[in-house]
Amino acid sequence: MTDLLAQRRRRLRRRAALVALTGLAALLSVLADLMSGPSGLPMGEVLRALAGSEDVARGTGVIVWQVRLPVAVMALLVGAALSLSGAEMQTVLDNPLAEPFTLGVSASAALGAGLAIVLGLTLPGLPPIWAVPANAFLFALGALGLLQLASAIRGGGTEVVILLGIAVNFTAAALLALVQFVAAPDALQQLVFWTMGSLANARWEGIGVVALALALCLPFSLAAAWKLTALRLGTDQAQGFGLDVARLRRWTLLRVSVLAAASVSMVGVIGFVGLAGPHIARMAVGEDHRFLLPASLFAGALLMSLASIASKLLVPGILLPVGIVTSLVGLPIFFLLVLRRGAPA
Amino acid sequence: MSAVTSGEGLQIVGLHVARGKRAVIEALDLPPFASGELAVIAGPNAAGKSTLLRAAAGLLPSRGQITLDGQDLHRLSRAGRAARIGFMPQRPEGRSALPVLDALLVAMNAGGGIAGGTLRGRAAEAHALAVLDRFGLAFLALRPLTALSGGQLQAVALAQAMVRDPRLLLLDEPTSALDLGRQYHLLSEARALAREGRIVIAVLHDLALAAQWADRMVLLDGGRLAASGPPEAVVTPARLAEVYGVNARVERCSQGRLMVMVDGPAKAHDRTEAGDALA
Repeated sequence: MTDLLAQRRRRLRRRAALVALTGLAALLSVLADLMSGPSGLPMGEVLRALAGSEDVARGTGVIVWQVRLPVAVMALLVGAALSLSGAEMQTVLDNPLAEPFTLGVSASAALGAGLAIVLGLTLPGLPPIWAVPANAFLFALGALGLLQLASAIRGGGTEVVILLGIAVNFTAAALLALVQFVAAPDALQQLVFWTMGSLANARWEGIGVVALALALCLPFSLAAAWKLTALRLGTDQAQGFGLDVARLRRWTLLRVSVLAAASVSMVGVIGFVGLAGPHIARMAVGEDHRFLLPASLFAGALLMSLASIASKLLVPGILLPVGIVTSLVGLPIFFLLVLRRGAPA
Repeated sequence: MSAVTSGEGLQIVGLHVARGKRAVIEALDLPPFASGELAVIAGPNAAGKSTLLRAAAGLLPSRGQITLDGQDLHRLSRAGRAARIGFMPQRPEGRSALPVLDALLVAMNAGGGIAGGTLRGRAAEAHALAVLDRFGLAFLALRPLTALSGGQLQAVALAQAMVRDPRLLLLDEPTSALDLGRQYHLLSEARALAREGRIVIAVLHDLALAAQWADRMVLLDGGRLAASGPPEAVVTPARLAEVYGVNARVERCSQGRLMVMVDGPAKAHDRTEAGDALA
């Protein structure tokens, strides 16, 4: 019996170490992100520039602080936010395919962006630079609001939410196609670029928005870890343990809404991270959400940061939209992992 | 407080439970369930057995009076109810790869923790392991639920229901996936848990099994009480014809236990006679 407990302790320690390791890898990846680009910088140079050292060329300081750091930090935060929201969504909707991208949130955000870019339909009184993100944010929230409503009407049932999410996805895509059909060539180009997801326009204000969303949601996510784990055992059992399952679904979907809307509105459509981050985390640390949630957070951050590096290196001299890279590079790796480990639970 | 009325045990008076718009149980009064006894709820399919159990566990909204030791369960918080009631669902899902011991810890912690959430860390672990050990399941502690057999899953579900040491234990068809030996072990465990001073109520389909283990049986039919009392008073040919629509013999075996043998569908006049007998 004490053997069993000691063995369990070892497992818990190993999981905690894996979580910490993923976090560390994400940070190292950010460093690599800062080093890579049209003009490669050695690590020492980057670290000195970050430290604000005097003996760094002014050009290097500008490249690190104003060109590369916003992109690298945005990649880190967006990856973390999308992956965390994917993990929570997969648990509360009890579906391994659930994530903001598959359930129409990204498509709705793209529709909102399209209305702003092509038709100039924006919220009044906003500076032009915020018009597109604001529209995307509102549409993403609206899509998740619809899912919430479906969940509330059906007493917390999950199938209806999933089906509605897929319907929202296709409806938004069709409407976006309509917007694209009537768009002028330059507006169309801008919109297509937006739907590919890009970190190139990352600015500190946008980073602030995503960071704020994470700071608001993460404590509540972690506090709900036991409850989310209980949900994995089935609704009946979770309710038997004294859990208000409908309420848990409602609040979790609200957190997912805020995280996904903030991310998508700042960087455009980025698929796959919200799906793969949680799956990779689950393969590494299992279903105990005390470990799964932080592991998902770090795994998403790492994936997105690696994608940011790849987007610079894949075609030398050209910065690919990161949304293309996450799918193109990430999916084969993901499937390799899944096939090697067997189907994720 | 008006919520507290006298009366130890579980009392159900004037209970209404609906599923969707359809009323499954209407104005159901049951004789009180006392501590120390293993009560078995039986009845044909769709009689409302599971519905009754789920309503008592607070998993389904209901109207009417359900009081446990004088306390109105409708007025308790979910956490308060979970602290007093252990519920073992009909089909534990077993789709999660969570280890068995963790599943018990989740059962303890998810609803706010037991003993006011003071049992944490190593003490909580040790408690969960002790509960598993009591049911002879300690060897499964670190295995993922996905690796368990149907019978092991049901046994673990009983341990999960017991981990908060509830006053009232509700078992929804606890033996449906068990072989003869495991049925015996689980029901003798259920009886032992009752004898320790709990109220244990199990839904069972198998009438012979029910008659063997029940201190008292409650027979439901169409959401109404058809009969209640000691097994030999409840399981009778007339009642089986009336409730199940079968022509059956109820005989004692060489050891004196009730055996139920079904010979065919009930003849029309059997049903009327049974109806007359009940009237």
